[in-house]
Amino acid sequence: MNRLIHSTALAGAMALVAGLAQAEVTLSVLIDNNPETVAMMEALTAAYTAANPDVTFEIEQRTGGAEGDNIVKTRLATGEMADVFNYNSGSLFQALNPQQTLADMSSLGGQGNVLDSFKQVVTSPDGAVRGVPFGPAMGGGIFYNIPIYQELGLTPPKTWAEFMANNEKIKAAGKVAVIQTYTDTWTSQLFILADYFNVQAEVPNFAADYTANKAKYASTPAAMRGFERLEEVFKAGVLNEDFGAATFDDGMRMVSTGEGAHYPMLTFGIGNVKQNYPDNLNDMGFFAQPGNDAAKNGLTVWMPAAIYVPEASANKEEALKFVDFVATVESCQTMISAAGASGPYLIKGCELPADVPQAVKDMLPYFQTEGMTAPALEFLSPIKGPALEQLTVEVGSGIRPAADAAALYDQDVEKQAKQLGLPNW
Amino acid sequence: MTRRSPYPYWFFAPAAVIYTALFLLPTVAAFWFALTRWDLYTATFIGLDNFRQFLAEPFLISGMSNTLIYAVTTSGLKTVLGLLLAVLLTSGLYAQGFLRTVVFFPVLVSTIGVGLTFTALMHPTKGAINVALELVGIDGPGWLTNPTLALFSVALVDLWKGVGLATLIYIAGLASISPEYYEAARIDGATRRQMFWRVTVPLVRPATITVITLSLIGGLRSFDLIWAMTKGGPGFSSDVLASTIYKQYQAGFYGLSTAGNVILFLMIALIILPLTLWFNRREVDA
Repeated sequence: MNRLIHSTALAGAMALVAGLAQAEVTLSVLIDNNPETVAMMEALTAAYTAANPDVTFEIEQRTGGAEGDNIVKTRLATGEMADVFNYNSGSLFQALNPQQTLADMSSLGGQGNVLDSFKQVVTSPDGAVRGVPFGPAMGGGIFYNIPIYQELGLTPPKTWAEFMANNEKIKAAGKVAVIQTYTDTWTSQLFILADYFNVQAEVPNFAADYTANKAKYASTPAAMRGFERLEEVFKAGVLNEDFGAATFDDGMRMVSTGEGAHYPMLTFGIGNVKQNYPDNLNDMGFFAQPGNDAAKNGLTVWMPAAIYVPEASANKEEALKFVDFVATVESCQTMISAAGASGPYLIKGCELPADVPQAVKDMLPYFQTEGMTAPALEFLSPIKGPALEQLTVEVGSGIRPAADAAALYDQDVEKQAKQLGLPNW
Repeated sequence: MTRRSPYPYWFFAPAAVIYTALFLLPTVAAFWFALTRWDLYTATFIGLDNFRQFLAEPFLISGMSNTLIYAVTTSGLKTVLGLLLAVLLTSGLYAQGFLRTVVFFPVLVSTIGVGLTFTALMHPTKGAINVALELVGIDGPGWLTNPTLALFSVALVDLWKGVGLATLIYIAGLASISPEYYEAARIDGATRRQMFWRVTVPLVRPATITVITLSLIGGLRSFDLIWAMTKGGPGFSSDVLASTIYKQYQAGFYGLSTAGNVILFLMIALIILPLTLWFNRREVDA
């Protein structure tokens, strides 16, 4: 009897000591349902739990696109957000009201590993850094099918005129020259968004003037050109027959397997092909969206998404420790081995393996030459109008002329600027 | 002397609390938030700016006319086809019970499921509808990708899904017509057509009013089927008021989308209230 009491007391004391030494924590994590995102987050959390057995994770997935924006904003506002979540950097980050809703990460040791170009796009108006990079940077440009190019003896274009000439030859050979996929409306914006390198090459202060309500799409010829190009491609009659009903998945299948020659897209599409059509991965090449001048050809770059911690999280300290762990070279390598190297990571000293897919090989030279890349507009200005994807579907399907759409987009942008409470609007 | 109810008034309390908390308070709050620029944290009073902005939306006019077109099309077709089907299904057909079930069945299926299924069936090149049309030599249109057709394609699916309910209401209405009227008409030598127009249609009036009111309200605030099938696209061509409002909400324009909801509320009230009053007056006259 005595022994029983004794051992129970001992066990209780041991449990108490254990409880003090390592408080068990379960961190909730909300991520988008892109397969690469899921693979990266699963690998990172597994690695963290292996090093810190007292911390476990509960990963919850959400959809992407406008519906995903909606979920993130609403859950943050109602205090229902997970302890850790991933979301876009740049203008979408600014729309989260980060100063009030997100934890300050400026003082994390891991920030020393992060490239300054990334810190800028997760810095709230008060100057505090509120995220760390999650995943690789992306390029926005045009995927092309290498076997079709070889068969027809084509070379990747450096100017828009060459691109359209290639399209004519591909069409003459009875093939689909340009793939568009308007069921996933966001995919329709690429010809405009990926043209931003060309815009800033011609009008270097466009982003600042646009934010200050001094420059407009409709009245800036260089900015208008993206809308015109979308219209031109439609009028040339080089699109896939089912462009209105096709999806992003269809687009990646078509360009990798040779059902079509060109697909304007962000390079994160490489992950989709790697998963669904691994045999065709190296049949797919990539080039930046060509402009008017071959000497000024460069790539529009999308910063990676970031992971954030809500200010209101009950487990803020533990969550920030995990974030600090993500911002290291080891974690970066964990992400590369989980999701593949579809672009450069913005962690100092995190090198890509040598055997990257062909499209990544095509993209890396832009990053290695000074002045060959420019961030997309959404990383330079907090304003992006929400109706752009509907307007680009209309222009790309021949429903509305380019000039008309650009003018409507300027009105749409005004709404966003007013909602953000920007000066001069 | 009015007899006092044997039940105390506080029996009403639970329902009143729920109704007040979940309906009355949000409704009143909506009228306030519609006057603010709201980001869910802070609401800045901006007067009627949201209404001005919403009414100046370039796509609002097309959204409003699409709402009316959609509501009138679906409501009109449901009323006409519902009555015809009900007459057919009460005329003593072979396997009548089974056929009634078949007509009613789509009402029970989830709207989103119906939307996704028909989106696949209506695919311009791979969809079953166009593949079937191709077999008989017809080049089928882009049901959901052609901007002039998309709204009507969705309306047709709405009809397929909703006509069963209208039929059910009409079957009940027909059952309440006394057979003596038909007998009398037959003795007077009325043709079947005359009996339909002079006996059935006037006497099934209460059912007609129910069907029109329900389907018109349903059509005016319809959202789920349109969102599942086209998301208002291509572009804005099948946008209705509800989807326009939802897009403002998605974009984080909470004040603006609330103002849109107030406008939708007023619009439905302005259409349905006079219609109901008119129907009721006619009923008293008759």
